[in-house]
Amino acid sequence: MAYRDSPFQELKVPLTWTAGVAAVLALALAVFLFVSDRKDQARVNAEALGHAKVRAGFDGVLAPVSGVLAAPVRWVNDGAASVGDYFFAVSQNRKLKKQVAELQQVAVDDVALKSLNRRYEELLKLRTDPPIPMVTGRVVSDTRGPFSNARLIDIGSDAGIKIGNPAMSEQGVVGRVVGVSPNASRLLLLTDPESRTPVLIDRSNARAVLTGDGGPNPRLEYLRGRDVVHNGDRVLTSGDGGLYPRGLPVGVAEQDIRGVWRIRLYSDSGAIDFVRVLVFDDFSQMVDQARLAEPAMPPLSAADEAKVKAAETPPPAAPPVVQPTGVPVPPGAPASAPIAPPKAPPPQSPQPRSAPPQPVARAATRSAPAASGPPAAGALAKPPVKKPAKPKPKPGEYRRVHTPNEALPQYDPNRPDGRG
Amino acid sequence: MARTPSRPLEPWRWLGVPALIVIALTVAIDAPIRLFTLALPEPIFPMVLAFGWAIIRPSILGPFILVLVGLFLDLYCATPLGLWPISLLIAYGVALIARTLMVGQETEVMGFYYAASVLAAFASAYTLVAIAGHGQPNLIAILWQFAATLALFPFVLMLRNRFRDADIRFR
Repeated sequence: MAYRDSPFQELKVPLTWTAGVAAVLALALAVFLFVSDRKDQARVNAEALGHAKVRAGFDGVLAPVSGVLAAPVRWVNDGAASVGDYFFAVSQNRKLKKQVAELQQVAVDDVALKSLNRRYEELLKLRTDPPIPMVTGRVVSDTRGPFSNARLIDIGSDAGIKIGNPAMSEQGVVGRVVGVSPNASRLLLLTDPESRTPVLIDRSNARAVLTGDGGPNPRLEYLRGRDVVHNGDRVLTSGDGGLYPRGLPVGVAEQDIRGVWRIRLYSDSGAIDFVRVLVFDDFSQMVDQARLAEPAMPPLSAADEAKVKAAETPPPAAPPVVQPTGVPVPPGAPASAPIAPPKAPPPQSPQPRSAPPQPVARAATRSAPAASGPPAAGALAKPPVKKPAKPKPKPGEYRRVHTPNEALPQYDPNRPDGRG
Repeated sequence: MARTPSRPLEPWRWLGVPALIVIALTVAIDAPIRLFTLALPEPIFPMVLAFGWAIIRPSILGPFILVLVGLFLDLYCATPLGLWPISLLIAYGVALIARTLMVGQETEVMGFYYAASVLAAFASAYTLVAIAGHGQPNLIAILWQFAATLALFPFVLMLRNRFRDADIRFR
């Protein structure tokens, strides 16, 4: 049938209507993406996130491109800084001399305070945590709109960075890592609308949550107590929740015209070319999620308890091999044949109940997961805890100290899960 | 080679190339630069496409390319996926509805409708971020970005003048 004979020959679809239908279909697709992304982010298990992998792959591809585009900007910045240094050398020199004079006194006080602090630590038997290693990365893109505040840096999981690691500039906390690919990482800044950071007021030790809103000065929320914060108070990370280590400098508290407490961030006062990522395991990274998800074991019956006790009892020392003269050695048994240890004595009052032996088997499997076959007597014993070597602090590394009034999980290198 | 109006205009010319230019500008504007410790404003370049494509010619491909550009923006800015596709399509819809009202009007009228479509897009973005982030974005920061995006209106005019009469079918 020729086209001119077709019944669709006279069919003329209005252009605006077809575009409108296409727009509605595209809008439905976009809404589906938005909803699926929200569902995806709500999942606790980070490995199950499909969109996170897409984002990480995108960042990995984009980071080199942004790095190339950012290079001319960096050169211009460096050139402008050189010109500024040249013209403002005298005033900067005066300012620096004043700062040096102030810092000399601070250095003297620092020596005395460190000595006193060490003494207190010894007296109070305080645990000091190992230093946190840091890696430095270059910022290749800086998203700064009201709906998102994020940065892309040119180091990733190849440098040991994991999701949740805090990031700092020379002045203070910048944010934390929310996405990692082998060669790039995405930082969520403190000012992002989705950012929530537990902080404390240095002067009063009051706790609050620093909430980003897309503006340059995030606000303090859930501030308890009266008169706990004044203008100019220094704000630090509190370490609550295990997301950040305690005591990282964040900024200075200021009240806006509506009476809301906001923070002037230290990290805003400097350049944004480099950031240091603290390779710090937060609480969610240190806890064994699989172990937490295991169902609780049922209580042991008396018979099973006796079996476990018998298995945990060390075997008695083997008697010396005595081969009296005249006693024939059984044929086929070499003189050096090992002597089987005596079997554990049966329980004194064997219970007639036929309790299922699963708990014992599970206990044995947990304590010696690599063992195959029936558990040996020694396999039920507690495995030796391997103490991790405490690394010595290097110059320039951040060292954090837990104080006694800190109520949150503390790092304990003597425990296999690392928590005190 | 001069292009004659009788020559058909392929979609990649008026849809594909502007989209790529907008993506390149978005990446370039997000370079880590500050002037006297002040952050530069960050306009939403794809808003030019959302408004410009609707007034040049209604197209089936346009909304879907806007979804792709919006997805790029979401991945690049680390916003929730779907935030900018929805906002751009709302701006496109406003421009599509107001298209007939703008015919034969002065440039100022078109500027007014551009501001209205950008406002609708930002209102939807504000709502979606409030839903997703359980907090309200800073209105002053939004005002800054809104003003920076409004300043892109000359690019809308350039896009319209470049492609409005480029194809006889567009008339």
